[in-house]
Amino acid sequence: MHDLILFAQSRGGYWLPPPDSSTAGDVDRVFYFILGVASFFFVLIVALMCLFVILYRRRPGVEAPGSASHNNLLEITWTIIPVILVVIMFYMGFTTYLDIRTSPRQAYDIRVVGQKWSWVFSYPNGHVAPELHVPVDRPVRLTMTSEDVIHSLFIPAFRVKMDLVPGRYTTTWFHPLRAGTYDLYCTEYCGTGHSDMLSKVVVHKPGEFETWLEQAANLLASMTPVEAGAELTRRNGCLTCHSTDGTAKVGPSFKGIYGQRHTFTNGTSAEVDDNYIRQSILEPMALIRQGYQPAMPTYKGRLKDQEITAIIEYIESLK
Amino acid sequence: MSDLLTEPRPAAAPSMDNYLTHARGFWSWALTLDHKRIGVMYLVSIVASFFLGGLFAELIRTELIGPGRTIMGKDMYNQVFTLHGAVMVFLFIIPGIPAALGNFVLPIMLGAKDVAFPRLNLASYYLWIVGAVFFVFVLVLGGLDTGWTFYTPYSTTTDTRVVLAVTGAFILGFSSIFTGLNFIATIHMLRPPGMTWFRLPLFLWALYATALIQVLATPVLGITLFLVGVERLLGLGIFDPKLGGDPVLFQHFFWFYSHPAVYIMILPGMGIISEVISVFSRKHIFGYKFIAISSIAIALLGFLVWGHHMFTSGQSKLASVIFSALTFSVSIPSAIKVFNWLATMYKGSIALLTPMLYALTFIFLFGIGGLTGLFLGALATDVHLHDTYFIVAHFHYVMVGGTLSAFLAGIHYWWPKITGRMYSEFWGRIGALMVFVGFNLTFFPQFALGSRGMPRRYYDYGEMLGEHPEFYGYHFLSTLGSYLLGIALFLVMIYLIASLFNGHRAVANPWGGATLEWQCSSPPPHDNFPVQPHVGDPYAVRNFQYDPDVGGYVRVAQTAKPEHPLHPSAH
Ligand code: HEC
Ligand code: HEM
Ligand SMILES: [Cu+2]
Ligand SMILES: [Cu+2]
Repeated sequence: MHDLILFAQSRGGYWLPPPDSSTAGDVDRVFYFILGVASFFFVLIVALMCLFVILYRRRPGVEAPGSASHNNLLEITWTIIPVILVVIMFYMGFTTYLDIRTSPRQAYDIRVVGQKWSWVFSYPNGHVAPELHVPVDRPVRLTMTSEDVIHSLFIPAFRVKMDLVPGRYTTTWFHPLRAGTYDLYCTEYCGTGHSDMLSKVVVHKPGEFETWLEQAANLLASMTPVEAGAELTRRNGCLTCHSTDGTAKVGPSFKGIYGQRHTFTNGTSAEVDDNYIRQSILEPMALIRQGYQPAMPTYKGRLKDQEITAIIEYIESLK
Repeated sequence: MSDLLTEPRPAAAPSMDNYLTHARGFWSWALTLDHKRIGVMYLVSIVASFFLGGLFAELIRTELIGPGRTIMGKDMYNQVFTLHGAVMVFLFIIPGIPAALGNFVLPIMLGAKDVAFPRLNLASYYLWIVGAVFFVFVLVLGGLDTGWTFYTPYSTTTDTRVVLAVTGAFILGFSSIFTGLNFIATIHMLRPPGMTWFRLPLFLWALYATALIQVLATPVLGITLFLVGVERLLGLGIFDPKLGGDPVLFQHFFWFYSHPAVYIMILPGMGIISEVISVFSRKHIFGYKFIAISSIAIALLGFLVWGHHMFTSGQSKLASVIFSALTFSVSIPSAIKVFNWLATMYKGSIALLTPMLYALTFIFLFGIGGLTGLFLGALATDVHLHDTYFIVAHFHYVMVGGTLSAFLAGIHYWWPKITGRMYSEFWGRIGALMVFVGFNLTFFPQFALGSRGMPRRYYDYGEMLGEHPEFYGYHFLSTLGSYLLGIALFLVMIYLIASLFNGHRAVANPWGGATLEWQCSSPPPHDNFPVQPHVGDPYAVRNFQYDPDVGGYVRVAQTAKPEHPLHPSAH
C-alpha cells in the first residue's frame, strides 16, 4: 500500500518520531505504557464482544440462556482495576510533565516572539533570526510572547509545545541530544498563514554554535547595506507578508514602491521615501495603504536604526 | 438469519388516529404542541444540518487529499473547517439526540402524554431555527474563520462575521437550555404511578443527566460569547491584552461550557446503547443502577475537568496537575458502562439487526475514542499531542464513532415507532458495515498523523513532507475513507426515506422492547396512551415473546395482567 511505502521511508517508530531531546524518551515511555494498557483493554473488549456475538447468536425458537442482572463483586472489580491503572498513568504523566515544565537553572536563554505568520528568535547578543539555532551540549530555555494573536511553538522531535500568548510570557525548555535540523510548527490556529508558520531548529555541534552566533550577529559589518537589508527582511518575517517580485501578499510587494505615490485609507497620500518607510516599520498603523488591511505588527524596539537604514536601502534597490 | 428475525411481518393498517394523521396541514405542524411532532421537526432539521456539515467535511478532506492547493485557498479553507465544526457542534450534535429522539420518546417511555411545558418545547425549536438562520447569514455574508472555539484575541480582531455567529450560538444555547429544563421538569413531575426513579429506562437517566448539564453549563457559554460580541463592538477589554484583558480567561470560560458539552453529546448516546443492547440480546440490562448512577457521575465530574484543554496554554502547573487527576476520574464511569454492556450480552440471544450493529460499532469506536483520551489526560503525552491530528482523531472517534453511531442506532431502533414503517434490513446492514469501514479509514490514520507531529487546522502539509514523507499517505487514506463514509451515510438516508413509501407497516413492538413506547401503537396515537400503561421493569424483555400471528412481540401472560389492549395496531 502507498501508505506503507511512505511509512517505510519515515524515521522513528510507527507512532512517534525519534525522541531527540533529554525528556522525549520519558514522554515516550508514558505514551507506550498507556498504549499498552489501552490496547489490552481494547482487545479484551472487542474479543469478548465478538465471542458473545458468536456464542450467543440468536437461534429461532431458542430462548437466551440468561444470567444474573447484577453482581456487586464484578462491578467492584472492574472499577478498582481501572482506577489503579489510571492512577499510575496520572502519576507517570505528572512527574514527566514537571520535568518538561521546570527548566534547569543553567539553561541558555533565547527569546521568542510569534507574529502572524513567522517566528523571531532573539539571542543574548541581540541577534535575531527566523530559525531557532541552539547548541547541542546544554539545555535551552525559550521565553516567549506574541505580537498579535495566540500562537503555539511545537517541536515534535523534542516533544515540547507551549503557547505564545500576547501580553504575557510563557516559557519552555529542552535539551537536544543530537546535532541536526528539526521541524518546528505553530500549533495554535492563527489565521490565513497558520500552516505556513513553520521553521527549523538547527542544533549545532559542540563549539560550533558560538561561531555561528558571532558571524550571524555581525551582519552589518560583513555585508553591504543592501545585502544586510535583504537578510534582515527575511529574518524579521517581513517576507511572509511582502514579496520582492511584485505580487501582493497580505501586504504590498516591496518591488518598485520606492518613489511611488500611495494613497491611504484616511484619504491622504504620500511619496514612498526614507521617512515613509521608517514610519511604516515603526508605526505601521499610522497610515494604512488603500486596498490593504491594518495587519502589520510594529517593529519599534526590535530593529536598530542602522538596521532600518539597511532595509530602506534594500527596498530602494528593488526597482 | 431466519425470516423470523429479519422480516417482521407486515402489520394490519395502523389504527386510524395516530399523531401523524391526527391533524393535517402546515399549521398543524408549525404550531403543534405535540412533543412527537416537535421531535420529528427537530429530526428533519438536524439531519439537514448534518448533511451541510458533512458537505464541509468532504471539502476539507478533498483539500487535504494531496499537498498544496487542491480546490480552495487558505482563507476559504479556514472558513470551511470553522463552519464544519460550528454546524456539527451547535446545530447537529448538541441538539441531535436529546431534542430529536429525546423529544419523541422521552414522554412515551415515561408513560406521560407530553413534556411538562409543551409551549417551551415549541419555543426551543423555533429558537433553534433562528440560531440556524444566523449561521446561514454567517455563511452567505462573508463567513467565519475563528474555528468553532472562537479563541480570543483572534476572534476579537478578525474581520469575519464573529458577532453574527456568536449571536447565533447564544440563541442556540437558549434552545438547548429550554429542552433541558423541560426534560428535568417532565421527569420529575410527569411520572405515572409505578414509575419510580429506578424504573426509569436508562435512556431517560442519560437524558436527565444531559439536561442537568444543559441547564447549568450553557448559560456560561452564553455570557462568554456575549462578552466576545461586546468586546468586538465596544472594545471593552475583557479578553484582548491590548485593552488590558486576558485571552486565557476566555479559554477557561469557553471550556467551562464546552467540556461539559462533550457530555451533552455523548451521554444520550450511551443511553440509547443501553436500551438497544438489552433488547437485542434479549436480556435484562446488567448493572442497571451502576449505569444509571454513572451517567449522573459523568455529568457532575464533567464540570471539573475543563482545564485539560489548556495544559499548554500557560495555565499554572498546579492547575494542570489537578485537572489531569480529575480528568482520569471521569474515565472510570465510562469504563463501567462498557463492562456492563458486555455483561448484558453474556448468555443473551443476540440478534445482529441494524440497531444492534450500530450499538456494537459504538462500543468499538467509543472504545478507541475513550481509550485514546487517556493519552490526553496524562500531562506529559498531552503536551506532545495537543492541537495535532491526534486530537482530531480522538474527538471524531468519540463524537462521530460514539454519538453518531448511537444516533444511527436510535434512529433505526425507533424508526418503526416514529414512522410506522420498517426500513430494509438488508440495506440497513450494508449501510452499517460501510459506515464502520469508512469511518475507521477516515480517522484511524489521523492518530498516526498526529502523534508523528501533524498539527490540526493546517491548510497544507507540502513543506512538512521533507521530514515527514508519511503524512501524504495518511492524508490520502483519510480522504478516501471520508468519501466512503459520505456515500454510506447517503445510502442510509435514501433507504430510510424509501421506507416511508414502500416499507412494511410496523407492529407495535417489532424488537421485543419492554419500555413503554413499545406498548403504544406504531406510530403512537396523538396523546400516546389511551389508557394509563402498565409500568413494570423496563428491562423485563423476557416477558415479551415473538408472536408469529402478530408479526411482533407481545407480553406473555406470566406477569401481571395488562390493563389495556396491548397491540392496537394488530386489531
Ligand atoms: C503580518 C504581515 C506583515 C509583516 C510581518 C510586515 N508587514 Fe509591512 N505591511 C503589511 C501590510 C498589510 C501593509 C499595508 C498596510 C499598511 O500600510 O500598514 C504593510 C505595509 C508596509 C509598508 C508600506 C508599503 C506601501 O506600499 O505603502 C512598508 C514599507 C512595510 N510594510 C515594511 C515592512 C517591513 C520592513 C517589515 C519587516 C521588518 C514588514 N513590513 C513586516 C503587513 C506586514
Ligand atoms: C458528528 C459529526 C461530526 C462532528 C460533530 C464533527 C466535529 C468537528 C469539529 C468540532 C472539528 C474542529 C473544527 C475546528 O478545528 O474548528 C472538526 C474538524 C474536522 N472534521 Fe469533523 N465532525 C463531524 C464529522 C466529520 C466527518 C464525517 C468528517 C470526514 C469526512 C470530518 C472531518 C473533519 C476534519 C478533516 C477536521 C479537521 C479540520 C482541520 O483541523 O483542519 N468531520 N470536526
Ligand atoms: Cu498558528
Ligand atoms: Cu474536555
